Amino acid sequence: MTSPIAGGVDCDLHPAVPHLTSLLPYMNDYWRDQVTTRGMTDLISQSYPTNSPIASRPDWRPAQGKPGSSLADMQRQALDRFGTATGICNPLYGVQMVFSEDMADAFCRALNDWLVKEWLDKDDRLRGSIVIPVQSIEKAVAEIERCAQDRRFVQVLMLVMGDMPLGKRHYWPIYAAAERLGLPIGIHAGSAYHNPPTSVGWGSYHIEDYVAQAQAFQTQLTSLIVEGVFARHPNLKMVMLESGFTWLPPFLWRLHKFWRGVRMETPWVDRAPLEIVRSNIRFSLQPVDAPPDGDTLNRLFDHMQSDELILFSTDYPHWQFDGDEVLPKGLSQDLVRKIMIDNPHATYPRLQVKETVR
Amino acid sequence: MARHVIAPVDELPPGSRKFLEIDGRPIAIFNVKGEFFGLLNRCPHQGAALCEGPLIGLASSSDPGEIEYTKLGEILRCPWHGWEFDIRTGQSYCDPRRFRVRAYPVSVEPGTNVVKGPYVAETIKVAVESDYVVVDL
Repeated sequence: MTSPIAGGVDCDLHPAVPHLTSLLPYMNDYWRDQVTTRGMTDLISQSYPTNSPIASRPDWRPAQGKPGSSLADMQRQALDRFGTATGICNPLYGVQMVFSEDMADAFCRALNDWLVKEWLDKDDRLRGSIVIPVQSIEKAVAEIERCAQDRRFVQVLMLVMGDMPLGKRHYWPIYAAAERLGLPIGIHAGSAYHNPPTSVGWGSYHIEDYVAQAQAFQTQLTSLIVEGVFARHPNLKMVMLESGFTWLPPFLWRLHKFWRGVRMETPWVDRAPLEIVRSNIRFSLQPVDAPPDGDTLNRLFDHMQSDELILFSTDYPHWQFDGDEVLPKGLSQDLVRKIMIDNPHATYPRLQVKETVR
Repeated sequence: MARHVIAPVDELPPGSRKFLEIDGRPIAIFNVKGEFFGLLNRCPHQGAALCEGPLIGLASSSDPGEIEYTKLGEILRCPWHGWEFDIRTGQSYCDPRRFRVRAYPVSVEPGTNVVKGPYVAETIKVAVESDYVVVDL
């Protein structure tokens, strides 16, 4: 086992909204009445069916309520347990699924304010990601600007499967705002279910959704790179969350090969895709989608040609590892330090200063 | 190194190219808008007959969506995998430090010089009153 070191940054924690009514105090009168009179109860996505094993480690599953809904549990099971200095909260709640951009906006605002009051205010190790109503660029940018005034928001959160490829220029005002405000874009596994979760149509089973996430990340990386997002925003970092990363070398080989042949289609891509990934893209550690032997993993790191790409994460409360084996076998102490401390700090500029101001 | 007489200038008008083998090496000579260029006809990537590919321009960009198209007719695109090579230098565009195709200097010499030598005229009959395309190899 590789032991974690104290003072790390956990880049992927999932505080759960217990119920849509938990957000009512953070909505205005109109939306509070809409939720109540329409009888809306919860926004449950198919991404993590509550009873599916992956949704929570068995020993982290609470006696009642959703896994990840208790701050005390998160403190005991993740933050204290792994000596975490800073934890980044990425709420996965179905606010991106609703088709009304006005409702999505109201729910995102409520979710972000709920995160501040129920989590960030209660443990000064915690930081947050801004959840945005992506269907409306204007409202998404406004929400980024509103939340960014609180320096404890360190990232903008988007789903890997939304409405369109993420490189499309339609989204660029979001990226401009994020770059300007020192916020990386975190792209998390999951779908708004506005499109089929696979590129070939709707599957039948949960396993199809879950396995397809890796293809979605590859497609989004291709889109972001070839559309020129990082040519326009060279200082923007994007973090692939819960993406896995062992697929990266063969994917990049393929992208690089075709870029060499059809480079003239996208001449703004004036560096090899691998170089763009090295400078602008990062990946969360868990789930480690590699066999459990150190040699294989280290060979993969060699293929990635960088020790700066991986950021420590537990993916709490999802079940990606057992016991204290949050780090895979075979990592050198130097690499552990990079993954747990140096790489996250180099990625998230807002972590540099420890904020105590409310 | 020897200077080889390739053809009378009249036989290689602008827009044409001539393929030949010199000392066992496949060579192509291009006339691009009156300028002559010589390249080894073998792609440094996987050995395709590179010089049979189309001549295009160079697309470059300083901002996504904005394309500058320059060097029209001076970029040779390999028929196998589409890699671009600068016909003036032989440099590849996608990986200029690792991949370049051998480029040979080509000049036009009057028949009077060619007759004097030290030229290798292959099978071409040289007349003093014509100009000839000559490649250094």
